[in-house]
Amino acid sequence: MFDIQLSELPLNPDICTSFCEDAAAGGTVVFIGTVRNQTAGKAVLYLDFEAYAPMAVSEMTRLAEEAHQRWGALKVSIHHRTGRVDINGIAVVIAVATPHRQAAFEACQFIIDTLKQTVPIWKKEVFEDGEVWVAAHP
Amino acid sequence: MSLSILTFGIAKDITGSAVLEWPYDKPLTVGELQVQLLERYPAFRTLASLRLAVNKSYAGPDTPLYPGDEIALIPPVAGG
Repeated sequence: MFDIQLSELPLNPDICTSFCEDAAAGGTVVFIGTVRNQTAGKAVLYLDFEAYAPMAVSEMTRLAEEAHQRWGALKVSIHHRTGRVDINGIAVVIAVATPHRQAAFEACQFIIDTLKQTVPIWKKEVFEDGEVWVAAHP
Repeated sequence: MSLSILTFGIAKDITGSAVLEWPYDKPLTVGELQVQLLERYPAFRTLASLRLAVNKSYAGPDTPLYPGDEIALIPPVAGG
């Protein structure tokens, strides 16, 4: 029912949508998070992701279970990158299949919003003149 | 005896080590360890948050710690 992965290699959203095929599904919502070329007007060269892998997988699985409990998700696929991701690269893919579309939109938004708050993954922005851990300081 | 503490992201930069060996000579809770860590590494005070995970789950301040636990320092996360 759930497909949760961390990967050092480029992500393929088709794998996530294929996993979500389900005869009882009426809709699948896919969120693809990509690397932007700037932050607050400053050019970003690339991002570097670090994860506490076993806990990141268990926390993402917890989110998928909550999507199942609250929105009746039939299938949930979450793939997240580690390591260097260049501009335009895919950092995360979240696919959620539910019987009716509204639940799929809500569950997918819940997963990405909560993932950013609870899943132990860290993102370093690398600029020409330095680097910074995103969100580290208030 | 000692505790092993995994560090990640900016917490690893601050401590300079991916694993801290922390003295454990009497029972210790998560909250007490956080106080000790802030004393040892004042730069942690500049972070937006610093949570601890015990055996791969977030742990509250009253959680007791034992040698052999998998303890991890979780600075502000930023996935996605």
